[in-house]
Amino acid sequence: MSISVLAVDDSRTMRDMINLALSSEGFEVHLAEDGEHGLEVLDDLAPDAIITDINMPRLDGFGFIDAVRLRDETKTIPILVLTTESSPDLKARARLSGATGWIVKPFAQDKLVRALRMVVG
Amino acid sequence: MSDPMQEIMASFFIECEELHESLVDALQALADGDADVETINVAFRAVHSIKGGAGAFGLDDLVNFAHQFETVMDACRSGDLAMDDPLNSLFLRCSDVLSDLIRCSRDGEPIDTAMSGGLIEELAAYVSSDNEGGAEPEEEIDFQPMTLDLGELGGPGDDMAVDLPSLDDLPPINLDFPSTSPGLLVEFRPDRELYESGNEPLFLIKTLADLGPCQTTVTLDPPKSIEDLKNLGGRLSWSILVETVSQPDAVAEIFEFTDGLCQLNVTPQQDAEPDAVISELTEETTPVVTPQADDIPTAAPPAPAETSKANPIDSPSTKRSESKPAKASPTVRVDLERIERLVNLVGELVINQAMLSQSIAQEDIPPNSPVSAGLDEFMQLTRNIQESVMMIRAQPVKSLFQRMSRIVRESSAAIDKRVRLVTDGETTEIDKTAIERLADPLTHMIRNAVDHGLENAATRRERGKNEQGEIRLSAAHRSGRVVIEVADDGGGIDREKVRAKAIEKGLIAEDAALSESETDQLLFLPGFSTATEVSSLSGRGVGMDVVRTQISSLGGRVSIESSPGVGTTFSISLPLTLAVLDGMVITVAGETLVIPLNAIVETLSLAVDDLRTVAEGQKVLRVREQFVSVLDLGTELGYRAQIPVEEGTIALLISPEEGVLVALLVDTIEDQRQVVIKGMQESYGRVPGVAAATILGDGQIALILDPNDLIQNSSGDDVVILQKKAS
Amino acid sequence: MTVASDPQVSETGATGETEYLSFRIGENEYSVEIMSVREIRGWTRTTSLPHAPDFVRGVINLRGTVLPVVDLALRLGLEETEPEDRNVIIVVDVESRVMGLRVDAVSDILSFSPDQLQPPPEMTSKSRFVRALTILDDRMVRLLDLEEVLPSNKEVAA
Repeated sequence: MSISVLAVDDSRTMRDMINLALSSEGFEVHLAEDGEHGLEVLDDLAPDAIITDINMPRLDGFGFIDAVRLRDETKTIPILVLTTESSPDLKARARLSGATGWIVKPFAQDKLVRALRMVVG
Repeated sequence: MSDPMQEIMASFFIECEELHESLVDALQALADGDADVETINVAFRAVHSIKGGAGAFGLDDLVNFAHQFETVMDACRSGDLAMDDPLNSLFLRCSDVLSDLIRCSRDGEPIDTAMSGGLIEELAAYVSSDNEGGAEPEEEIDFQPMTLDLGELGGPGDDMAVDLPSLDDLPPINLDFPSTSPGLLVEFRPDRELYESGNEPLFLIKTLADLGPCQTTVTLDPPKSIEDLKNLGGRLSWSILVETVSQPDAVAEIFEFTDGLCQLNVTPQQDAEPDAVISELTEETTPVVTPQADDIPTAAPPAPAETSKANPIDSPSTKRSESKPAKASPTVRVDLERIERLVNLVGELVINQAMLSQSIAQEDIPPNSPVSAGLDEFMQLTRNIQESVMMIRAQPVKSLFQRMSRIVRESSAAIDKRVRLVTDGETTEIDKTAIERLADPLTHMIRNAVDHGLENAATRRERGKNEQGEIRLSAAHRSGRVVIEVADDGGGIDREKVRAKAIEKGLIAEDAALSESETDQLLFLPGFSTATEVSSLSGRGVGMDVVRTQISSLGGRVSIESSPGVGTTFSISLPLTLAVLDGMVITVAGETLVIPLNAIVETLSLAVDDLRTVAEGQKVLRVREQFVSVLDLGTELGYRAQIPVEEGTIALLISPEEGVLVALLVDTIEDQRQVVIKGMQESYGRVPGVAAATILGDGQIALILDPNDLIQNSSGDDVVILQKKAS
Repeated sequence: MTVASDPQVSETGATGETEYLSFRIGENEYSVEIMSVREIRGWTRTTSLPHAPDFVRGVINLRGTVLPVVDLALRLGLEETEPEDRNVIIVVDVESRVMGLRVDAVSDILSFSPDQLQPPPEMTSKSRFVRALTILDDRMVRLLDLEEVLPSNKEVAA
C-alpha cells in the first residue's frame, strides 16, 4: 500500500520535480495547480500527506491550509509547506496557519522523502 | 529514454517563457495604470517560480538575480515600497535581463554578470539592509534544541482533582539497554499543539530509529484537571535512547517541524554511566519497546480530543489509489516533435491523395461514379484534417509582441526618444514557425520606426503632436491571411529625400517618373537607407530589402502606406499556414516547378508584337498600358540558354511587390493545386530563387519558386524603372 | 544515430576494427564508415537544383523528405557517367546532415583495424576527400572522409 501525497504548486516545474522525486520512491502522487484546484482534488481524495507551495494564484498556500484544516475529512492530514525562504518568520506563519512542517526549496530528493516520512511514517 | 531531469529542465525553460510573459504583462499593466491588487502578486509569483525552479537546477546566477528582483517586488506587494515610474521602469529592465539570464541558462551560454550585477545593485538600493543576507544565518536558531526541565518530567500533579490510578511512581526512563555503546538520549515532550499541527510523535520516533537502534519509554503524566482527562496531548513524554554515532543536530533535524511545539532535550551519551539516567523498571510500566523502525507500537500517540483524528496510515478506506485529480486540465502539453511528425504525416496524406486523384483521372472514370464521389469526400476530409493539424501549431502572436515591446524600450532609450508601444490583436494566432521567423524582420521594422519613423521631441512639439511618439503593433486575420502592421505616428516618408537618395545611389534614373507608392517601394531596394547619418540604431547595414526577403521566405509580402506628417504603416501579410501552399504547377526546360498562386497576377499568351527589346537580351512586354520586364524562367534558373520567344509562349505576370510586375516565361501550365511545403535549407542550404520543395503526385520532387528572390537576383536589376506608366 | 567524425572515436569492437561499406565508381573502390550509412536505395530521377555545382545531381524524395544527391564521381573529380538504373544512392548521415551519394554499385562490407590503414599520398586537390588507403586482396580501397565529401552550405550556395 503506497503512501499517497497531494502536491499543490503553481509551477509546472516544481510539480514535475515533486512527482519525479516521489513517484520513484513509490509514493502515489497527485498534483494540483493552486489552492482552489487542491481543494477540488481533496473532494475526491484523502491523501496521506499534502505538500503545498505558498505563493499561488486564486488561493494561496495559507488559504489552502486553512481550508484543509476546516474540513473534517482532511483536518488531520499532515501538510508540508514548500518555501524558498527558510526565515523563521515564514515558518511561524506556516505553523500558525496549521502546517505540519516545511521543505525549503530547492530540495534534494532524499530530504523531501525524509520530510514526508517524518509526517506519514 | 532521456533523463527525466533533463526533460523537467527543458519543461522548466518553457515554463520560464510563460512566466516571463505573465511578468511582462503584469509590469506593463502596472506601467499603464491598468493594475489591480492582484497584478503585483502575479508579477511576484512569476519571478518567484522562476527562482524556485532555477534553484532546483542549480542555476545560481538566475537564482540570485530572481531573488533580488523578487525581494523588491515583495516590498511593493506588502506596501513597504510604493510603485512609481522609475521603479516600474527598473522592473521592466530587470524583466529583460531576467529573460536574458533564462536564455543563457537554457543555452548554456556564459552569463554576463555585469548587466545583472548592476541591476542587482539598483534593486538592492530599494530594500533596506534588514532583508540582506537571506535567511540562512537564522537557520541555526531553528535547530537549537529546547532545554527540557527534567524536574517537571514525571513529577506528581500537586492539585489532582480526580483520583486516578497512580502513575506517580512510574520511572520515566527505561533501564535495559547496552550501556556501553555511544548514543544520544532524546527526551521529547510534545505540547498539545503538536498534535494539532498534524505532527505525529510515532513517525518522528520511527524516523529517529533511522539513526540507530532505539530504546523507548513512554510516560503519561497524571492529569492535572478534568480537561487533561479528555486529552492526553501534552501529558505524554518519550525518552528514547538512540544507539548512534550521529550528532545531536541529526535529532534536531528530525524534530525540526515540532520546534516550538514540544520540549526536546538531546544529551550525548558517550560512555554514559547507565546509573545516571536509569532507574528501576517496574511491572506496571508502560511497555518498554526496543523497536525496529517497523514495529513501533501504535498505542503510544494519543489522539487529541476529537475522535475523528485518524491515523492516515491506518485509514485505507479513505484512499482511492486509482483516483486522479478530478478536474482535467483544459490543455495538453505535446512534444513539438510529435506535432511535426503529425504534420509530416498529414503532408504525406495530402500527397497520397494527389497521387490517388491522378491515377483515378488516368483511369477515365466517369465523374459521377461512386469512385469520384468518394474521392471528392476524401479530398474534403484531407483538407479538414490538414487545417486542424495546422491549428495545433498556431500560437498567439503575444510572445512576439512582448519581445517587440522590449525592442521599443531599448531602442528608444538608446537615442533618447520617448516612445509608447501600443499593441492590438495579441491573441491572433499564426504558425509557430512564423512567430519565430518574424522576430528578426519585426525587430528591424520597429527599430526603423523608432529611429526614422518618429520625429524627435522638438519637432513633434512644433507640429503640435504629443512629445511621446507612438508605435502601434497589431495583428489580425484578414481574408484568409494574417496581417501584421507596424504603424508610427511620425512624419511619414520624405519622398523627395528617398528619391534623391535613389538617384544618388544610381538606383533610378534622374528623370524617372515614379508614383508615390513606387517611390516608397524604393526603400526595399538592396542597399537603400534613408538615414543621412548612420545612427547607432538602424545603421547596421541591414536594410528593408532584407526584411522583405525574410517575409517573403514565409510566403508573405510587405507593403507601405505613408502620409506626410501623419505617419507610416508597414503591413506584413502572411498565409495562415506555412506547411501548405496553393500553387501553380508549371514546366520549363523539362523540369516541373511550383509557383505560389498568390504571386501570380494573371497568365498571358504572348503576342510577339507586344515585345520590345530595350537592351541586349533585355526585353519588355507591353501589357495594356504598362511595360513589364520579361524573364525566361528556364534561363533564370540556369536550365537552358535564352531561347527565342515564340508567339503564344505562356507568360505569368508576377507581382512580387505592390505595383511591380514581371512577366515570367514558362513552357506549360500543368495544374493548379495545394502542395505540401518541404524545407530544403536544413539538408542542403539556400537555393537562390527557390523557397522550398514539394512532392508531386508521381512522387517526384518539384521546387517551389520564390518569385521575389528570383527577380531580385535576376540578370536585370532595373526591374523597378522598367515599370513606368506607358502613357 | 549520430556519427563520430574521428576515427578513434568510431572504433568499435574489442579488436579495434571498424566496419566500412565499400562501393565502386568506375574501376575504383571506395568505402565509408558503415555507421554513417543510413540506407541504400536504387537510382531514381533527381530534380535539378538551379545554380547548383555540377556534382550536386539534384534532390529526390526519400519517404517524404527532400534528399540532396551528390554525384560522387563528379565530386571526386572522376569522369562523368550518365546515371543508370543499376546505380545506387547511399544515404549517409554526417552530423545530422543527410545526403545521398550516387555511386555505380555497392560491393561489400569490410572490417579494418587502424593499423591496416595508411595515409593517402598528398597528390591532388581532391585528395582531401580520401582519409586513408588500404590494400585488400591486391585491391586498393580508399576510405572517404565524409565530412569533406559532403558539400558545405557555403559550397552549394550560389
